[in-house]
Amino acid sequence: MSTFKEDSAYDMPPVGLSNETIDGDIATLNLGPTHPATHGIFQNILQVDGEKILSSEQTVGYIHRAFEKLAERRPYNQITPITDRLNYCSSPINNMGWHMTVEKLIGADIPKRVQYMRVIVMELARIADHLICNSVIGVDTGALTGFTYLFQEREKIYELYEEICGARLTTNVGRIGGFERDFSPEFHRKLEDFLRTFPKVFNEFNSLLARNRIFMDRTRGAGPISAERALNYGFVGPNLRAAGVDYDVRVMNPYSSYEDFDFIIPVGTDGDTYDRFMVRQEEIRQSLRIIEQAWKNMPEGSYKADIPEFYLPPKEEVYNNMEALIYHFKIVMGETPIPAGEVYHSVEGGNGELGFYLISDGGRSPYRLQFRRPCFIYYQAYPEMIIGQTISDAVLTMSSMNVIAGELDA
Amino acid sequence: MESKLTNEGVARRIQEQFGAGVVSVEMPYDMLTMEIAADQMHDVIEWIKSDAELQIGFLTLLGGVHYPNDKGREFAMVYHLHSWTNNFRIRLKAFLPAENPSIATLTDIYDGANWMERETYDFFGIQFEGHPNLVRILNEDTMDYFPMRKEYHLEDATREDKDDRYFGR
Repeated sequence: MSTFKEDSAYDMPPVGLSNETIDGDIATLNLGPTHPATHGIFQNILQVDGEKILSSEQTVGYIHRAFEKLAERRPYNQITPITDRLNYCSSPINNMGWHMTVEKLIGADIPKRVQYMRVIVMELARIADHLICNSVIGVDTGALTGFTYLFQEREKIYELYEEICGARLTTNVGRIGGFERDFSPEFHRKLEDFLRTFPKVFNEFNSLLARNRIFMDRTRGAGPISAERALNYGFVGPNLRAAGVDYDVRVMNPYSSYEDFDFIIPVGTDGDTYDRFMVRQEEIRQSLRIIEQAWKNMPEGSYKADIPEFYLPPKEEVYNNMEALIYHFKIVMGETPIPAGEVYHSVEGGNGELGFYLISDGGRSPYRLQFRRPCFIYYQAYPEMIIGQTISDAVLTMSSMNVIAGELDA
Repeated sequence: MESKLTNEGVARRIQEQFGAGVVSVEMPYDMLTMEIAADQMHDVIEWIKSDAELQIGFLTLLGGVHYPNDKGREFAMVYHLHSWTNNFRIRLKAFLPAENPSIATLTDIYDGANWMERETYDFFGIQFEGHPNLVRILNEDTMDYFPMRKEYHLEDATREDKDDRYFGR
């Protein structure tokens, strides 16, 4: 995190632009760190000529919480709440990604039913994530209606989370090996209700913006990036797909039975704000399709894997059963033997490939845990995307990249 | 999507090209992991990107690991790369000594490496030769230590009011 130094900001040469200015005056402007338009704590020191941006110096790290260090002192099951706080718009995907990483390390065999349940939860999270991002793009273009309208739908998704795990934002959902309990009848009722009512609301939102002349004029050509540059910068997820590259971890390296489902990967062409918006819109529809398929074809079976060394036994068994008591004690005290080794596992998060690089030396905590945080990697392309654009386009570009402070700063 | 490349094939191809630059080859959890001499790492990553057969051209992740008890090899730099055309993942490692933890930057190959290398410097103090702006990124500029090194405990080790010995810590 570099602090603002007035001198250095003025000395910065305008990158790749002529020295001719509109009114002969270059101003320095702080975009952020705390401004409603940045949707998080990001600082950009801009040099502007009139409204045209000449250069940008980014400052990040305002909410750095040292997750990778914290993880080195925590038992594996206590790391899940840390992952909640990465991309907090889609916490369940982070949770599941972490569970699957540990399951890969310990070689757990996960029942098909658990995998389908996870797919439902992860796709609900993806919808919630994209809903926020897209409705906020609307807000930044001046259309507040869609945002307030869609938050009702996000609320329904959060109620579904509540049915599964009791929490809403930082969900800490599931466990290593499966879920705490099976989906309740109430969950199925609410999910059915959601699947019935959501498409109509969503289509209304879509018709509000997707072909709206004002919206298109504002977003087309705002913050574009070419596929080649995006790849070089390590873009993944919807932002990369908007630039025309169809990379999706769900298809490339299927996990949790994604190979069973029929869905398409939408791509854009220009990599601008409009394409990012449209890609996310289509991904919401595809996520709905996946949820429907997973829900209709949910296999019978257990909601948890048979790994008593890692999966906390039911409380009544702990008091009446010797083995359960031993396992309970070992799990709570962090005495479970974990194989030494190193694994990398990635899932398709709300922002793209969310990776977990885990090194275990056999101890109670990871020896080293590194998160691949897509936001952190692609946000460094932001200056390149906004140079030559206007300040209002810069705001749009940031919201359409879905930069989440929690994921960026870890 | 099945990969067209095999771990053994890729390992052999890189070994043929770089010979002694490849220190060791492992495959933990079926992922090709190669230890590369630190001074060759940049060339290996550049070559596997341009090689027509491998096309390993996406930098997924890079970061450091600290092994304080491993004399002469205290720091590891770990690179995860991915070939999207072949759907093949590879992990490359280089070990650096504590007195001079330094390795060539990847910013000339991948722009995305810029912040990841700054973060690694911020956390571990590993130097990246040729990096355009190697300053701290997540922590305060005035910080005078590298927090992810193992000698910095998360909790104050001098505290006497907490005794965690009985809890396996």
